[in-house]
Amino acid sequence: MLLSIQDLKVAFRMGKVDGVMQRQLAVKGVSFDIPENRTVALVGESGSGKSVTAMSILNLLPDNAERSGAILFQGRDLLKTSLRELQSVRGREIACVFQDPMSSLNPVFPVADQIMEPLVKHLGMSRRQALVRAEELLNEVGIPDPKRRLKSYPHEMSGGQQQRVMIAVALACSPKLLIADEPTTALDVTIQRQVMELLARLKESHKMSMLFISHDLGVVGEIADQVVVMRHGEIREKAPVADIFHSPKDAYTKALLACRPSLTENPARLMVIDDHIAGRSAQGAGKAKDPAAPVILEVKGLRKSFFFKSGLFSKTEFKAVKGVDFQLRKGHTLGVVGESGSGKTTMGLTLLRLHEPTGGQVLFEGKDLLKMNGPDWQKMRRRIQVVFQNPYASLNPRFTIAQTLLEPMEIHGIGASHDERVATASALLKKVGLDESALHKYPHEFSGGQRQRIAIARCLTLKPEVLVLDEAVSALDVSVQAQVLNLLKDLQDEFGLSYIFISHDLAVVKFISDEVLVMQHGDVVEQADARALLAAPQQEYTKRLLGAVPRGYQGTEPAASVA
Amino acid sequence: MSAVLSNQPAAAAPAKRSQGVWAASWRRLKADRLGVFAMVVVALSLLLVLAAGLGLVARDWQKETGVPNAPPTFMGPAPAESAGAIVQPKGPNVDLSDIDPLAPKYAEWAEKAKQYKTDEAPRAETLTFGGDRLGRDVLAKAIKGAEISIMVGVLAAVVATLIGTVLGALSGFYGGKVGDFLEWVYNVFTAMPNILLIFAFAVVFGRGVLPVVMILGLAGWTGIYRLVRAEFMKHSVREYVRSAEAIGASKASRMFKHILPNVSHVALVQLSLHVVGFIKSEVILSYLGLGVSVDQVSWGTMLAEAQSELILGYWWQLAAVTGFMAVFVTAFALFTDALRDALDPKLRGLE
Repeated sequence: MLLSIQDLKVAFRMGKVDGVMQRQLAVKGVSFDIPENRTVALVGESGSGKSVTAMSILNLLPDNAERSGAILFQGRDLLKTSLRELQSVRGREIACVFQDPMSSLNPVFPVADQIMEPLVKHLGMSRRQALVRAEELLNEVGIPDPKRRLKSYPHEMSGGQQQRVMIAVALACSPKLLIADEPTTALDVTIQRQVMELLARLKESHKMSMLFISHDLGVVGEIADQVVVMRHGEIREKAPVADIFHSPKDAYTKALLACRPSLTENPARLMVIDDHIAGRSAQGAGKAKDPAAPVILEVKGLRKSFFFKSGLFSKTEFKAVKGVDFQLRKGHTLGVVGESGSGKTTMGLTLLRLHEPTGGQVLFEGKDLLKMNGPDWQKMRRRIQVVFQNPYASLNPRFTIAQTLLEPMEIHGIGASHDERVATASALLKKVGLDESALHKYPHEFSGGQRQRIAIARCLTLKPEVLVLDEAVSALDVSVQAQVLNLLKDLQDEFGLSYIFISHDLAVVKFISDEVLVMQHGDVVEQADARALLAAPQQEYTKRLLGAVPRGYQGTEPAASVA
Repeated sequence: MSAVLSNQPAAAAPAKRSQGVWAASWRRLKADRLGVFAMVVVALSLLLVLAAGLGLVARDWQKETGVPNAPPTFMGPAPAESAGAIVQPKGPNVDLSDIDPLAPKYAEWAEKAKQYKTDEAPRAETLTFGGDRLGRDVLAKAIKGAEISIMVGVLAAVVATLIGTVLGALSGFYGGKVGDFLEWVYNVFTAMPNILLIFAFAVVFGRGVLPVVMILGLAGWTGIYRLVRAEFMKHSVREYVRSAEAIGASKASRMFKHILPNVSHVALVQLSLHVVGFIKSEVILSYLGLGVSVDQVSWGTMLAEAQSELILGYWWQLAAVTGFMAVFVTAFALFTDALRDALDPKLRGLE
């Protein structure tokens, strides 16, 4: 047994109240083993204590954490070792890869220095030897032209490449255990697929074990041998991956499995955790929408370029969106899919004129949005609204929820009096599944999913007809994502909203969309009915996106495989 | 939601409704013991300033109540000065009246002088905190000086913060041509040596307390401008500002209602730092003769006097001013710090 965690408890000191130290128990007695050459996955939602468990192995926790229990690594208890000893283990025998590669690489050092650091420190190599080894490592993690890339700075690389560099740093000393803390969550599905394949390959070639942390059972199923499901700091189920997928015992595991939108089924609603635990089942297949509904939004040749200064007088043009055409019918959803940099977000923001477009037409009931000015545009704003990706950034942290919800109504003069507006706001909060006590709280008191609901409620105060959802569920846990997707569907049925749903995840887009637009490098490469597109993708790019969607464990059950 | 549950928030709502942003901030400020203490000290200082301004305390600071350079009471009176090196002549006084042309007038003058009563007030040997070179009470001077120094420091810092914040907001939010223009103004201001700038403004504004406020405010906004500009540049592309734009909030509303509260901690910290800096600048201005007029007293003029006294071993004026300044400045800095934490909902409930 390489690593054995026995009855681990982690508590955080939360400051004194009336002279008594307050402690919050984040991990409530967790035990599991990581055998040699195996991948163990820790799965759970945000706040389940999975990261805290993993980080307590190397004591990479904040100072106010208290650990108890035992963590035996090759027979040595890591909880009792001195800091010095621990430092010789960190990076040498146990290495980490973190979630956000953009913030885990040091921006002021070239890549070479960051890979060489552990080599020089732990293996006592000379800088010359370390440089040679660094080049080999970059080659191994699949970065093209490694010799030249050694001199690059992190910001010169894409997110996927940065994550590969992080993996190279972690692998530098051939550790026995690699802790990968949500290594693909911040990445696009296509990049996620590549990074996962890389990790699986390296695990084999380096004969190491891996502790893989994720909130997404779909991802875990493809990479893990053993799965540990955690919730609220406790282990709900631990079993080999095949058992987890084919015969899950715990209700929570079942719920987690059910809440990810799949490419094969076509339910009207997704299962959410509470449904599942309460034994309710999802309703039947979704009803088809009226294909003859009136066209509410028509976009013709929409273009957007950004200009960069190059030299003294000249500018270079970067075409972010190169002519997009589509029609959106009332009550329908248009999914827009593509990788980062495909121009899908720019397209969405240009529709709302949050970026001023370079050319094209956006006809809203026959009137060109892009030619409107002043008061006309202000009136039109009510009818087309946006929900942003990051729920942590899209609410003003200094506004209470009441202020946030009342502001749009005040600007547009909706509701006769303050009390009437407050009543509308609390009604909308109920509609999105929060109660009116939320009105007097600040955004930071809510979880990501709740904040996204508040952002949706804010849009609804204006009674819009078109809602642009810019990666609105991408930053959320799979289970929370299911709740928000259900909410969006309910709201669409109730208010007849039309959505433009921008996402990099085809499975999510398929669940919610009627029509799908696939974008690459600012161009539309494919546009078709959602079901038709998934059944028979025409373009290579679409096929690649489709192939990248995590499918969970595909081992022994042939029925689960996708054509 | 069951009916039972939905009743509860309705009942609790009126109690919670009063919890506005300011009430919540006030509650958080009250929980910060050091902050409350600092606030009390600042409030007392301001009361003292007000009292001095209304003439309730230290009204007769110009009265020479002690002997020149009277030492503090706890040190006891200064030892009698030895006559010095010049040896007193020992012989009898020589009668000069024969050759003194004014001699016949002496009797007449003595007669005239008797018509006036000279009231030589008894001068104290020691004063509570000592006296200056004219025998004025240092404590009274320091209290009277606080009036001008604190007023100058706080008002000038407010002026500078106001200019810096508004211009920084405009420059950071609009960018482009407006930003370029304001950057140009900033460059002009920072390219000139500070003291030259102060002289130039002093020529325009003349002497007095308000001119000093304006001089310091107009010369001191540049640092704040840059910091606020950077914050506005960062925040104006944030998603919460984008979403405010999407719901149709005007530019002014986005700048001052949305972004400003989120960057107010920068302005507040700068304000407190500048209060300290401007109290010191007032010292320099007064020393150069550009500050307050001679019949007024400020901590600056007192420090300027203390400089020459210190060589003679009269340290109490310096000690009194430094003590006052240290207490006020520290309390003010701690208070703004507590204020920033209290106004920031994000820090709520952390250790």
